[in-house]
Amino acid sequence: MSAVKAAPAAAGAMQLISGNHACALGAIAAGCRFFAGYPITPSSEIAERLARALPEVDGVFVQMEDEIASMAAVIGASMGGVKAMTATSGPGFSLKQENLGYAAGAEIPCVIVNVMRGGPSTGMPTRPAQGDLMQARWGSHGDYPIIALAPASVREIFDQTARAFALAETYRTPVVVLYDQTIAQLTETVDLGHRRVAPFVERKWASGPREEYRPYAADESAIPAMARPGDGYRVHTTGLNHAENGFPTQNADVVERNLARLLAKFERHREAIDAWQVTSCEDAEVLVVAIGISARSATRAVELARARGVKAGLFRPITLWPFPEKQLRAAAARARAVLVPEMNAGQLRLEVERILGGKRVQGIDRCNGEPITPAEIAAGLEELGVRS
Amino acid sequence: MILDKAADFDVRKYLRLEMMPHFLCPGCGHGIALRALLWALDELDQDKDKLAVVSGIGCAGRLSAYIDANTFHVTHGRALAYASGLALARADLRVVVISGDGDCLAIGGNHLIHACRRNLNLTCLMLNNEVYGMTGGQVSPTTSAAMLTTTTPLGNSEPSFDACALAAAAGAGFVGREVTYHLPKLKELIKAGLEHPGFAFIEVLSDCTEIFGRKNELGSSAEMIMRQTSDLRPSAYRDTVEAPFRPNELATGVLARNDRPEYGTAYRNAARAIKAAAERRGGK
Ligand code: SF4
Repeated sequence: MSAVKAAPAAAGAMQLISGNHACALGAIAAGCRFFAGYPITPSSEIAERLARALPEVDGVFVQMEDEIASMAAVIGASMGGVKAMTATSGPGFSLKQENLGYAAGAEIPCVIVNVMRGGPSTGMPTRPAQGDLMQARWGSHGDYPIIALAPASVREIFDQTARAFALAETYRTPVVVLYDQTIAQLTETVDLGHRRVAPFVERKWASGPREEYRPYAADESAIPAMARPGDGYRVHTTGLNHAENGFPTQNADVVERNLARLLAKFERHREAIDAWQVTSCEDAEVLVVAIGISARSATRAVELARARGVKAGLFRPITLWPFPEKQLRAAAARARAVLVPEMNAGQLRLEVERILGGKRVQGIDRCNGEPITPAEIAAGLEELGVRS
Repeated sequence: MILDKAADFDVRKYLRLEMMPHFLCPGCGHGIALRALLWALDELDQDKDKLAVVSGIGCAGRLSAYIDANTFHVTHGRALAYASGLALARADLRVVVISGDGDCLAIGGNHLIHACRRNLNLTCLMLNNEVYGMTGGQVSPTTSAAMLTTTTPLGNSEPSFDACALAAAAGAGFVGREVTYHLPKLKELIKAGLEHPGFAFIEVLSDCTEIFGRKNELGSSAEMIMRQTSDLRPSAYRDTVEAPFRPNELATGVLARNDRPEYGTAYRNAARAIKAAAERRGGK
């Protein structure tokens, strides 16, 4: 088990701050002491905040020459034993995929914030979108596991950014924090003084004699202890498929065994990894599934629909990947139809359809930079509620 | 006498012997470069636990696995970027980067320029064998004129890169070049680079005997290494190129040096000053 100590209380009580500001505060609270980034709208405020905040806590901020380098530097810092993060938006997230795959394969903890803006390509830099859901899951080549978190409010950005570090360190994995431009630059009053933040988690470090240490040998937790440079283990880390001793191998059995552990390593920890919110689902006949700003609209839409007699409910995945499947199935148990409003061409809907196999699933797809309104979702719910 | 010293250095002290035999082709120059690096580290009494070696992809990139230290074999071209994060986060480590000409100058060119400019305390060895050996012998940014590679079947007509001139222009604190032919001199150059407080870029002229040598009929590995200092024209030139392959006028030794502040130190000093000011304001 990783050592868990109480997180330091975040400074101040009631604060009026933006989502990106909350992200920077959450990172510092969780023990982030290294940030490397590259300017990109609409995530730059995170870098700007941390450029000021990190030196005050003996951390390091560096603006690298490009997105690729900032992802690489973050992994380099984490390999040195320091909690590290980068933040970006769509085009930068594309560039980070190469090294993100390295972090997943070599099992280096790190946090990547992706503030989603319109796409494809340069898209609409100052407009919100939710188009990187599938990229967050499948963006790098080959097969690998990943965790992605999807906060929906300023307060939740603080909590989930802090939690991203706890998950990254505990499960030796990159963790993506995924939220749209609307909540990134939304300003809300939050109370950071009272509520408990995510536990301050230390990585499981190698201990015991060097001769017995095998960098990728894991106990039943499936998470190997990591060696910190300077502690005397002198191990090799590589992006090549490797054996338990960390060195490259092409032995089919050895590769298969290590990859099988890697790909399944979150499974026995799903209770700690899964996070979701259900609103009025107990008797819901029509269910909305949404994240981020679309979930904010949906919350209101459920109230509007209920006021008009439609038994509506909301299921909101907070841990987006791995998707809280059984929780969705439970929430949708009584639903005759499901509505998925999202700011893309139907990415979340694909996953919902897969999980709820056969159930009627309808989408509200929006790719024009305008958030989906509560009234639109409520209208969709009524239509489904009447028809189904 | 100097050569006797080379023989006296027991390279096994810094090698992971369990990784032997190594994967390099017979006669490959990279083994000599590795020996020079380890010899220089030994003369500096380097603590292996405090040594981190970061390497990219390619034949040169594979060398890190043989060094008994904290070693990181990362993605193609990105070794300097990984190493920058590591060195900034862990100023107590000595961080060495091993890269090849394709890794460092082509896919990693942007990282090299900015590593030189940033002047972080890193030592970068670029082993230049003028070819992508690992992938079977394609043209690289340093391939000499008219040389044959699998992707220049008509002979290379792209001009080659002077990496040291680039590094010096970009502001590297220490820039040098040496040939593997001069092992003790190479060791001395690497040692000077390691001792430099800032970014040190060292180009090592190495030989890819099996792929590049064969393709261009450059002879045995012994003949190839002799050619590093000769004015012979390889048969690949087929009388179309006047200049010899790797002419003597390619400058070696320390080529540029400055004492610009090391970035990590400058950053930490500025941070301390800001913290002190904040504490004064806060009345702490
Ligand atoms: S392919 Fe060339 S560079 Fe690579 S190991 Fe063989 S001789 Fe050396």
